[in-house]
Amino acid sequence: MSVISSFLQSLGRAQFFLFSLLLAVPQTLLRPRLLAQQIYSVGVLSLVIVVLSGSFVGMVLALQFYHTLQLFGSPESLGVAVALAVVREFGPVVTALLFAGRAGSALAAEIGLMKATDQLSGMEMMAVDPMRRVVAPRFLAGLISMPLLAFIFSMMAIGVAGGHAIGVSLLGVDAGSYWAGIRESLEFEDIRQAMIKSLVFGLACSWIAVYQGYHAEPTSGGVARATTNTVVISSLAVLALDFVLTALML
Amino acid sequence: MTNDSNSALVRVRGLKFSHGPRVIYDGIDLDIPRGKVTAILGPSGSGKTTLLRLIGGQWRPSAGQIHFDGTDVHAISRSQLFELRKRMGMLFQNGALLTDLSVFENVAFPLREHTALPEALIRDLVLLKLNAVGLRGARDLYPEQLSGGMSRRVALARAVVLDPQLVMYDEPFTGQDPISMGVLMRLIRSLNDALGLTSIVVSHDVQEVMSIADQVYVIAGGKVLGVGEPDTVRHSESPWVQQFLRGEPDGPVPFHYKAAPYADDLLGAGK
Ligand SMILES: Nc1ncnc2c1ncn2[C@@H]1O[C@H](COP(=O)(O)OP(=O)(O)OP(=O)(O)O)[C@@H](O)[C@H]1O
Ligand SMILES: [Mg+2]
Repeated sequence: MSVISSFLQSLGRAQFFLFSLLLAVPQTLLRPRLLAQQIYSVGVLSLVIVVLSGSFVGMVLALQFYHTLQLFGSPESLGVAVALAVVREFGPVVTALLFAGRAGSALAAEIGLMKATDQLSGMEMMAVDPMRRVVAPRFLAGLISMPLLAFIFSMMAIGVAGGHAIGVSLLGVDAGSYWAGIRESLEFEDIRQAMIKSLVFGLACSWIAVYQGYHAEPTSGGVARATTNTVVISSLAVLALDFVLTALML
Repeated sequence: MTNDSNSALVRVRGLKFSHGPRVIYDGIDLDIPRGKVTAILGPSGSGKTTLLRLIGGQWRPSAGQIHFDGTDVHAISRSQLFELRKRMGMLFQNGALLTDLSVFENVAFPLREHTALPEALIRDLVLLKLNAVGLRGARDLYPEQLSGGMSRRVALARAVVLDPQLVMYDEPFTGQDPISMGVLMRLIRSLNDALGLTSIVVSHDVQEVMSIADQVYVIAGGKVLGVGEPDTVRHSESPWVQQFLRGEPDGPVPFHYKAAPYADDLLGAGK
């Protein structure tokens, strides 16, 4: 009983937090340099892991699909199969999981530590709202970075470093039919849905990370808990939201 | 707003505040006169930092009011409070420097946030303040490269960079060697007089802070135990104040945080 009520309480707090966060967003847009710095540390620094994971996921998918498609005698459909799986599911979902582990945990730890070392209350005493100066730019950077990272992930997975490498170079699928299949079967609707998923995941992961950091207990244990919570809650949220969104959009 | 120069800049009335069940203030009155240096003395844990945070509006009293320049700090909106805070500078006990900014940028931070001054002027102002605390040469260091005493001096430079009306120094002398201590004492005094500031200095260095203060408050146990000019307080009759000023272990002030008898604890009786 008390577990449920405390869960509902923190859900309410998180909603209120999101509300004040959104109020601070317009001012953030007026300070492009702050935002650019955060996009760099949230987005650009996640590039390596996203590029590498994209390639590997693409390669594995190509192997698996090739194996199955061959049984049905249509290995030339490999391109479509990889592209649809990546664009619809793996791109947005795996990127979001990587984001939670790489960027979300860092955001929570950074904000939590700033709180624990009085940097946030120091800012408040200097009449600077930490919500505007610290939290909103990070939140917005996460929101903007997620779809871009998912796009890059998908490109890598489908392209010459991923599925294409295995399917065409290794297994001997015709390059022309690999790409032609993708062109014919991948629709704009698929990409639109992938964008929606990515935006929702970006919102969820960034919100969870900054909320956990901002409400961390100001101790080393508290910051550690906030970091762990961020990764665990974000991952579960992404998978659950993916199910809901897929069911709604299919 | 009263701008009467005789009235107190900060006026505390009937202030009550508790941390959970622990009562920190049980109805105290304080006046911080304009243009003066007011020292606040009291044993560790008596609530001096708490008082500064209450004045800054970070925490809310459970009863009573705090007026800053005629405005009730806790009865105004958040944006009004932020306007008010631009006129206050605070030196945090641990410095609270922003760890991802250099010393220079830390001191420049309030200027960049609150003014649209040209870069050249910001540079001059920051170097001026850093020079005053003897750390002009450390401008490119990062907070993790500073010693505790240096951090506090940078924080001091930052606290006064906007030329606030009120500066609150929380333990500015902790971790300073005798030379920088002397410099800081004179700096606090001369900033106060030259810029017409009002200063509140919280410190454990009783003799030192008494030597620069115009007025002294001694607080403990949630009450004001002594108030007046340094000489008056020094010759106070209160055994309490005398024990504190002389630093004697035995007297009306307990050295220990409230606890069960030691023998009971050792024997495991109190669990
Ligand atoms: N965040 C908090 N939550 C609960 N209790 C607190 C908190 N901060 C301070 N206290 C308690 O409030 C009391 C006063 O703390 P405060 O920091 O104001 O003391 P102080 O006079 O500044 O001491 P010192 O001289 O050691 O800095 C202490 O007994 C402390 O245990
Ligand atoms: Mg203190």
